[in-house]
Formats: sequence, C-alpha cells, structure tokens
Amino acid sequence: MSFSWAKPYEPKHSFMKWLDERLPLPRLVYGATGPGYPVPRNLNMWWNFGVLSAIFLGIQIITGIVLAMHYYATGDGAFNSVNQLIMRDVNGGWFLRYAHMNGASFFFIVVYIHIFRGLFYGSYKAPRELVWMLGLVIYLLMMATAFMGYVLPWGQMSYWGAQVITGFFSAFPVVGEPIRVWLLGGYAPDQAALTRFFSLHYLLPFVIAGVVILHIWALHIPGSGNPTGVDVKSEKDTLPFHPFYTAKDGWFAAFFLLLYAMVTFFVPNYLGHPDNYIPANALATPAHIVPE
Amino acid sequence: MATKASAEGTEQTGGDNIRRRDFLNVAAVSFAGVGTVAALAPLIVQMSPSADVLALSTTEVDISKVQPGQGIKVSWRKQPVFVRNLTAKEIAEANAVPLSDLRDPQTLAQRTQPGKANWLITLGVCTHLGCVPLGIGDGENKGPYGGYFCPCHGSMYDTAARIRQGPAPKNLEVPDYKFTSPTTVQIG
Repeated sequence: MSFSWAKPYEPKHSFMKWLDERLPLPRLVYGATGPGYPVPRNLNMWWNFGVLSAIFLGIQIITGIVLAMHYYATGDGAFNSVNQLIMRDVNGGWFLRYAHMNGASFFFIVVYIHIFRGLFYGSYKAPRELVWMLGLVIYLLMMATAFMGYVLPWGQMSYWGAQVITGFFSAFPVVGEPIRVWLLGGYAPDQAALTRFFSLHYLLPFVIAGVVILHIWALHIPGSGNPTGVDVKSEKDTLPFHPFYTAKDGWFAAFFLLLYAMVTFFVPNYLGHPDNYIPANALATPAHIVPE
Repeated sequence: MATKASAEGTEQTGGDNIRRRDFLNVAAVSFAGVGTVAALAPLIVQMSPSADVLALSTTEVDISKVQPGQGIKVSWRKQPVFVRNLTAKEIAEANAVPLSDLRDPQTLAQRTQPGKANWLITLGVCTHLGCVPLGIGDGENKGPYGGYFCPCHGSMYDTAARIRQGPAPKNLEVPDYKFTSPTTVQIG
C-alpha cells in the first residue's frame, strides 16, 4: 500500500487466483502484514506496543464475552455473580475474571507507552496526523469502557467511582445536574445506571475495534515512522513485515504476556483496591477513596 | 565440526542436516501453540455446569400424601420427576404386558425398588425430544395405555412409563433414588 517497492500480491495456487478475483482477503492480509507491507528496518522496541495494544484488546474482548455469560447486571445480583459465581463456582472463572481485570490495567500500560512513543518520536506529525487523532478517539473510548467496566462488580469502589465520575458532569453550570441525573437514570447510581453501563461496556470494545481498523488503515498509507525522524527513501531502508516484524512483535508479545501472566497469577489484586470486595453501600463512602 | 564451514553461510546445519532456523521456527511455533491451547482451556470449560449447579444434584421428596392412583411432579436438577403411586390395577396391567411387545423391554420390577412396586419414579422428560408428557396430574390425558402421553409428538407410555407407541425410542428414565424413610425419597 505504502511504498512503490512493496511486493505485489501474486497468487500462485489456482484456488488462490480464483479466490483473489472474488474475495481478495489474502491480498489484504499480504498487503497489511505480509511481504507486501515494507516497514523501516530500524524500528526499536517502542514500536512493539501498537501490536501489543491490539493483543490486549483481543484478550479483553474474548474474556469479556465469556464473563458476560455468567454476569448478572442487577443491583442485587451483580456483586455475588462476580465474587461468588464467577470467582468460586464457574469452572476457570477466577482465571477469566483476573485475566480481564488485569488485562484492562495492562491494556492501559501498553497504550500509554504507545502514546509516549508517538509523542517522543513525533509520530503525530504530518503525514500521520489522522493516525494520532484516531488514536485519541480510541483512548477516549477506552477510558469510557474501562470506567463502566469498573462499575460492574458493584463493590464499594465501583459504586463510588460511578458516583464521583458522573459527578464531574454536575460541574457544568445550570445543565450539569440534569445531565448527571440523565446519565444515571436516577439521583444516585442504581439499577438503571448498572444496566446501561453493562450494555455500553459490551458495545464500546467493538467500536474501539472498528476505530483501530481505521487507525491501522491510516497508518499504512504513509507507513510507520522510525526513530531517526527521517522517512525511508528506498527499499534498502525497509524490511517486509513478514517474517521480520511478525517475529519481532511475536517475541516481544511473548515477553510482555509473561509479565501479564505473573501479575495475573501471583498478585492479581495488586492493581485493584481491597474495598471493592465490599458490596456497594449507597450510605457510606469508603474512607480510603482516592482520585485515581 | 565440518558443517560449520558450510558454504550456506547463515544457514548453518547441525550434524543431522536440519537448518538451525527451521528448528527455531518449529520450536517457537510449537511453544506458542501449546500456550494457546492452555489459554483456550478455561474458555471452554467455563461453559460446563458450575459448582452451584452441581450442588443441586439431590432432591428430597415427601410422598406421604400421595394416594394410590395419584402422582406428583417434583423438580430435580431443574428437570421434572414424576413420582406416581400405582394402583393394584395399574400394576397388574403393567405386569400383563409380554416383554416381546415392548420397544425397550423392561419389567415393572426392574423399574421400581423391591417391596415398593407401587412407587413408580421416573424423569418427566420424553425420551424423544425432551417435552414433559401429560398424565401425572389429575384429569390429564394419560394416553391409551394409562401411563403418560406426550403432547409434542404423541409418544404414549404405559403404567410402568414404558414407551408403547409414538416416536420416543426409550422408556422414561428412572433416576437414582432411595427411600430414606417410608414417606421420604431422596432423588439423585
């Protein structure tokens, strides 16, 4: 897509030729992640975090769909469906829940590094402005999704998180309070808020995945930047994505997933707050609540 | 070893002529495959019945009020169980049927417990496609054989809940149960 020296896709097998004339999906894959997509040869480790972000989005969607099979989005049932049904009764449920909980934290860690890389190396500059702007959209959607996901276990931190975050909207003069009441469907977080948060928490990751496709599409027009800040000039400055960057991304993903596994298995609650193991109580704010 | 000086340059081979890079490729992909399978396992087993569902595997039933000719429907593992107190006439009818007439040959004695031949306890789940047959409640259609009649596809069961006519392949299933007292049955 990007460079004149990119190898064109030439199906060899007669079936692949037949398919290419009807549904050129292999051509798309070849041009996006195969030898048809040349990548600057001097990318360093910081360029691995885009692929890692996509991996964590995938982990979150898969574990999330499975958790939704067991979760009850009711004020009475939510806390127990997470802490008793999923954590104790469902086969492997504890693993799926901890993977999803820590997966969210690691998703943000890799995305922050990815954003930092973009700022440090000027990846937001022409001709990649749209890549950056779409990335900001993804980041906003991620924050909304993560916030609503944090509310779902309906523990004390969930509940008071919902109360405080929606309280931001009441800072608008005049319209603030009506907006907050509209968002929550009540005067305080309750059944209406929980149900709509669950619905949107299920929806938004797929919206994120859609914007990610645009983000990658916009990236593949000019191609990746590189640490020198000088764009590549010829074929000798680049390498085909496969096998060079599939191997490098794969190696780094294995390394980073090892860190993720260590936290998930050995200190799964390190990134959480113990008060979220107390059921939501609308009459008492946890004494240790902090701006997060 | 001489192979180190191979003219292939980077494509070194060991003593057994396997390219080092091929070995690394196969090893890396296999390792990733094993890891993927391990990660898939919990995604699959989570669909099996959870511990709270398995904990419902027994049900105690009080049968002291079930008169001969009556039956009750109770829930066991979220499935209906028919507990029926057969009359002497129904027992005689069931015993009069030659086994050769049956699609799934079983005697009434095989389907009840010794000394409790009047207590017929079966799942209320038609062996055809799982509907609940009629005939356990007062006034319900018991079918031409005096047992149960499935409204879905017309399977007819006799007074020992054996299939006599219709599409069902098997007799109504007899669950594990025991009498914990003369008037209490524990199913499961």
